[in-house]
Amino acid sequence: MKQVYLDNNATTAVAPEVIEAMAPFFKELWGNPSSMHAFGGQVRQYVDNARRQIADFLGADRSEIIFTSCGTESDNMAIRGTMEAAAGRLNFITTRVEHPAVLEPARMLKTKGYNVIELDVDSSGQIDLAQLKRALDYGPALVSIMWANNETGVMFPIREIAEMVKAAGGIMHTDAVQAVGKLPIDLRSIKVDLLSLSGHKLHAPKGIGAIYIRRGTRIAPLLLGGHQEGGKRGGTENVPYIVGLGKACELAQRNISEEMIRVAVLRDRLQKGILEKCPDVRVNGDQTSRLPNTLNISFLYVEGESILYHLSDLGIAASSGSACTSGSLEPSHVIRAMGVPFIAAHGSIRFSLSRYNTDADIDYVLEHLPPIIRKLRSISPFGRT
Amino acid sequence: MWEYKDKVLDHFRNPRNVGVIENPDGVGEVGSMACGDALKLTFKLDRHKRIADVKFQTFGCASAIASSSALTEMIKGKTLEEAEKITNQDIADFLGGLPEQKMHCSVMGREALEQAIHNYRTGGTAKKILEGRVVCHCFGVTEEEIERVVRDNHLATIEQVTNYCKAGGACGKCHNDIAAIIARVRGENPASASAPPPKPKPLTTLQKIKLIEETLEKEVRPALRKDGGDIELIDVAGDKVLVALRGMCANCQVARFTLKDVVESKLREFVSPDIVVEEALP
Repeated sequence: MKQVYLDNNATTAVAPEVIEAMAPFFKELWGNPSSMHAFGGQVRQYVDNARRQIADFLGADRSEIIFTSCGTESDNMAIRGTMEAAAGRLNFITTRVEHPAVLEPARMLKTKGYNVIELDVDSSGQIDLAQLKRALDYGPALVSIMWANNETGVMFPIREIAEMVKAAGGIMHTDAVQAVGKLPIDLRSIKVDLLSLSGHKLHAPKGIGAIYIRRGTRIAPLLLGGHQEGGKRGGTENVPYIVGLGKACELAQRNISEEMIRVAVLRDRLQKGILEKCPDVRVNGDQTSRLPNTLNISFLYVEGESILYHLSDLGIAASSGSACTSGSLEPSHVIRAMGVPFIAAHGSIRFSLSRYNTDADIDYVLEHLPPIIRKLRSISPFGRT
Repeated sequence: MWEYKDKVLDHFRNPRNVGVIENPDGVGEVGSMACGDALKLTFKLDRHKRIADVKFQTFGCASAIASSSALTEMIKGKTLEEAEKITNQDIADFLGGLPEQKMHCSVMGREALEQAIHNYRTGGTAKKILEGRVVCHCFGVTEEEIERVVRDNHLATIEQVTNYCKAGGACGKCHNDIAAIIARVRGENPASASAPPPKPKPLTTLQKIKLIEETLEKEVRPALRKDGGDIELIDVAGDKVLVALRGMCANCQVARFTLKDVVESKLREFVSPDIVVEEALP
């Protein structure tokens, strides 16, 4: 059976070049890069090289890249490390549609008595910069706003936000887990202080992430107990995965602008095809500022999990913001924050593409999805057939 | 993915008895679009008063569709007296079992069947009215329904109750109530089961407004006035209290973001645990 993987915002296939680059570090190059002998010493240069690859990709300096275990760790470090280093002098501002890796630390700060402000989003998933301005007026703040939303692909105006935050004397963190590898990012012109990224969203393996810390930003480590990463993150370096992440960034950088357009063309063809073939659908999220690979679309009168199981039977992988898929009973917090009506919220499906998707993949989905929707609507008491 | 049994997937992929019967003898409708699942069941009896035909329509996940389909297969050919003995566990067993978090799908089937039988017995006109106090306002689940799933399925935890009937699955404010119901049902003996605890006499609207004003004056305003602000009561509709921030507080984000927490908790403490505070938009 044909396999079509359209769930790349959840995780991506590891690139063959990445696996190849990692392999020697499980075999002959297994030394500890901190050691004072050749076994380890020869490995150090590969860690440095990976750091340079990531720094080049982001327009940063090598010294500003710290390796972590995942995007969640990077987010936790950015938020908890900065708030701790500031010793209670900062408010915390974020949005209601962040990943739980930001929202949960925010809730922890709140219980500790910090002023925590969660910005609203409108029906297109965008924040109101005037509301951010008012929140910044209240005093110096750490602001954590994602570059792009994982569920809808909606991109926030990070350049403008970072400028507002810096002008107000604040510290700017962005969870760029969904943006890195999908868009060109140049931190020489975009003034964020902290940025989180995750390897497995850009064809590196799971278990490796990084945080960019602009020189001069004060941050306390989460993991104590080692001199590694300049004392900012203790723990022996995960050398094979660090090398893999470096390679994945190099691959992504190679022709990111062309790939971005190619993927956007495929995504747009998928969207247009669904809108033509299926009545009663709505696209969720700001289509004028959206990741090139993401389509979040609601099929009215049917429920997301049912759609996913039928798609899975045909070898198609996607995901849903419906309640049933998460094991919770409510639709996703992102979909709810946007005020998507229940009639559409339970039937929201996210298709997220990668550079490995083809025209044939889109044809396959457009052939098989409409009959699934028709079938489920014929079963639904709300359906119109 | 969920670990669905083969029979669940079979009934999901090939649902039996889909549709609506014209001029049915009984109709049962439960759930809603907002809750994320809904089921409409219609049946027709033969001259021996057995279920001759039954059809369903379901909006919901794979296990909701499978549970509905299974239910129709189970009750076909049965008398209503036989059919109404079917429990949600019977539906789950018919399918070889359901994941714990999906048990509410089997409960929805049993509820729809009860509705349909009630509808038939009342001459095809009446819809069974939900009885008792609503405990979970997010999903509209009554005390009676929670008692029923706890008793039928021998449930012991709040999480189980949520899995079986959704109650407590959203805001979580009813968790104490659910715990009390579990304790009561599990500890009950036949004599005490029929005597629900006495409820406090509800406030009249006028009494409620007065109490809200008093609470705002004593508990909330002093703190706001210190910062040059004030709060005004705009409207009270049921448990919904509409307020507006004035003075320095009117443009203060932090006041706005803490308004709900502080004002709401004070009003819940002093007036009623069900109060919801909203800010009136200028």
